[in-house]
Amino acid sequence: MRHTLFLSLTLAMFWVLISGHYTTFILVLGVISIAIVVFVAHRMDVVDHESQPVHLTLKLPAYYAWLIKEIILANILVVKHIWLGNKTISPVMTTIKASQKTDIGKVIYANSITLTPGTVTLELEGDKFIVHALLRESIKDLESGEMDRRVTQLED
Amino acid sequence: METILEFSSSIFLLIGSFLCISGGVGILRFPDFYTRMHAVGVTETLATAMILIGLILHNPDFLVDIKLMIILLMTIFISPTASHALAKAAQHNKLMPKLDTDIKADNKKVTSSNP
Amino acid sequence: MLIAALIAIFVVMIMAITRAILGPTLYDRILAVNMFGTKTVLLISILGFIMGRPEFLDIAIVYALINFISVIGVLRYSDNLIFKDSEQQKK
Repeated sequence: MRHTLFLSLTLAMFWVLISGHYTTFILVLGVISIAIVVFVAHRMDVVDHESQPVHLTLKLPAYYAWLIKEIILANILVVKHIWLGNKTISPVMTTIKASQKTDIGKVIYANSITLTPGTVTLELEGDKFIVHALLRESIKDLESGEMDRRVTQLED
Repeated sequence: METILEFSSSIFLLIGSFLCISGGVGILRFPDFYTRMHAVGVTETLATAMILIGLILHNPDFLVDIKLMIILLMTIFISPTASHALAKAAQHNKLMPKLDTDIKADNKKVTSSNP
Repeated sequence: MLIAALIAIFVVMIMAITRAILGPTLYDRILAVNMFGTKTVLLISILGFIMGRPEFLDIAIVYALINFISVIGVLRYSDNLIFKDSEQQKK
């Protein structure tokens, strides 16, 4: 129920902000569209804690702020090595362990790794990720486990 | 106030353009598929964010700003999914990455063949 | 300054197309086309501001979604056996 409400609220906000017309006719069309989308989502059985992670809402902003800082630093590093040339890069592929228990925690961790330039998750198998990195330093940062710890904090 | 906004918008757009061009150079310059993916990562995260923030500062209209923010959020949520799918498909079809040792061996070959 | 950003994005798009034409493997080409699509979204937004018609942003949003779905669609097809065979024949 909570997830349905959250989905309808998000869709309503999306409609109001995108359309920019507030006549009765358009708003009624919006309500009908939202009802149809919620119905179809229920039939597809995708309205649950995985598609609508309501329980994470309070903890996410702090994590996002930290992630944006990491992304900016990683971008500077990668751009530096693009201009320095091919001889300075050291591509590596390794397996790292994730300590998250739930699926959504693992997905957040894998997506954060991919979103940070310089590291890409190739595959998830159980609690092991195969990661390709442009530089040895980035893989050392991952192995030190700060991102892992922060995502694990997020989930409980 | 107007001039400060205009100035900061120009700065953001300039940084964004520089990062975009860096990513473009990277995709031409890097040796194999997996390293090129990192270059594309630069243009899809910070470069896009910088250019769109520049446009947000340039424009005073609230609804237009919201649309720009939606584009920014979509790009940031979509890009890791697309790159992960691409990397996974490449790895499943046995495309081997050039790793550190290979590159060093290549460099040695080049240097030894050019006396 | 908007014009400068527009020119920079054009240059990057030319680079991406170059990689799509050169690309030794199919995945390089898909990667380059994906990057081209993201840059098109930026191009449409900036062009809308230069021409004074921010309504273009709706088209940019739709383009971002179409770009994502097309990449996923092509990759879904890549698990197909026919796709792998044609790759190996090239080698």
